[in-house]
Amino acid sequence: MTSIKDSSAIVGIGETPFAKKLEPSETELACTAIRAALDDAGIDPSEVDAMSSFTMETTDEIDIARNLGFGDIRFFSQIGYGGGAACGTVMHLAMAIASGQADVGVAWRSRKRGSGPRLWATASARIEDGYQWSRPYGLLRPADEIAMLTRRYMVEYGATRDHLANVALACRAAANRNPNATMYERPMTREQYFAARWISEPLCLFDNCLETDGALACVLVRADRAKDCRQSPVYVHAGAQGLNRQHNMMANYYCDDPLEGPAWTAARALWRNSDLQPADIDVAQIYDAFTPLILLSLEGYGFCARGEGAAFTENGALELGGRLPINTSGGGLSEAYVHGFNLVNEGVRQMRGTSTSQVDDARACLVTSGEGVPTSAIVLRR
Amino acid sequence: MAGDEAMIADWPLPASDGESGGFWTSARRGVLSIQSCVSCDRLRHLPRPMCPWCRSLERTWSAVSGTGTVWSYVVPHPPLLPAFAPLAPYNVVVVALVEDPSIRLVGNLVSSMDGAINEVTVDEHTIGMAVRAVFVPMAEDVALVRWVRA
Repeated sequence: MTSIKDSSAIVGIGETPFAKKLEPSETELACTAIRAALDDAGIDPSEVDAMSSFTMETTDEIDIARNLGFGDIRFFSQIGYGGGAACGTVMHLAMAIASGQADVGVAWRSRKRGSGPRLWATASARIEDGYQWSRPYGLLRPADEIAMLTRRYMVEYGATRDHLANVALACRAAANRNPNATMYERPMTREQYFAARWISEPLCLFDNCLETDGALACVLVRADRAKDCRQSPVYVHAGAQGLNRQHNMMANYYCDDPLEGPAWTAARALWRNSDLQPADIDVAQIYDAFTPLILLSLEGYGFCARGEGAAFTENGALELGGRLPINTSGGGLSEAYVHGFNLVNEGVRQMRGTSTSQVDDARACLVTSGEGVPTSAIVLRR
Repeated sequence: MAGDEAMIADWPLPASDGESGGFWTSARRGVLSIQSCVSCDRLRHLPRPMCPWCRSLERTWSAVSGTGTVWSYVVPHPPLLPAFAPLAPYNVVVVALVEDPSIRLVGNLVSSMDGAINEVTVDEHTIGMAVRAVFVPMAEDVALVRWVRA
């Protein structure tokens, strides 16, 4: 049986600057990021034969292929559910390459979320879809939906806002070592965290990710070819997607156990197919649209037991030098929020040894996509 | 207050046709009804054509007691949709039904059927509180389900 295990490697990463507002179109941003990733790899665009992106992506394969001058494309896929997709795009390319369907794959995400509309603010008068169960009561935004799970988690397990602050402060500290991060040279103290305005109690402003314009991309090739590329290869050791039983996107209240989300399902599949286990992970890039998603993901991916995610964050565990440094470029909270694709690229930098918050001798990195939505995760190794 | 809300043109309301229609039209008549399977009798929410336990397509609406306990709550602050901004901060709760605690509904905690969604203060002790459904007419075909302390 064919496995994706170490059979492909990420050999190129690229990205645009990140800002609240960028002038170029999403297509132009995507082209810039993909070109940069191919240049980083030393691979000519005409060699690309596989593409993977997001269903929420506004740039399509035709657009990208015509702009970048790709040749014959033999595999293309799109992953649904927004923030759950980034690691899935890498996994799909790894599968295409491992199975011989393709040789050179590009994954990307381009989004003008900083200057574009907030999706929740485009409500219609009569709601046909699942939002009809929540929006008429004023549960309007992703922050409200996750705040509901967070409050339940806090009361059930004794978690406090200090635990959420541990996440926000770890990401901000990393961003202040990363000149490309939106929050570079904008340090934050615990006092500032607690002084911030509420968005949806128990979540304050700094529990929420940034709103960013920007694009990122990465390039995968077969492991045997990766050795000859410009950069040292970062192997895709394992990957998984996860959609759990009776799940409901974001407002996941309509099931037996709302606090056990898609991360648990993805994790079971991921670790089953991985020689590396949670104890072997030196650094993690964990999807952080909201700080509480880190607590839930630490549990879901098996770094601690159910209900222990909050306590795990204590004593600087998530900071550089801690038990499990996370989001070492600043994450969605403090570098850029581009549906978590920046977590993939930072995972690659950690394995190359080029992060601005480099973990000493890091050999394995977990990257996850969004908890609270159908998700995905990958294990990278050098 | 309920009347005022109904007058707000941009208050988001559910469509009362389609798979979920029975819930909203039943609420308009003052009855909390949950979709159930004719074949195995299990309640399910959100409404959908097939029973995920026995795969029957035979489904109906079952009246339930309209009582439950608060499972969680939030207090939204701006920025919000125009209909809600003047009411902020207000509460939103999730209530687990007594008949089946895995059946949960999003709603608001109010002091009475006519109460505003920003009148009742919520805190950690709100979780677990016994509550009873009230039905707030918002249109000819739709009432919202809110909750008062039982």
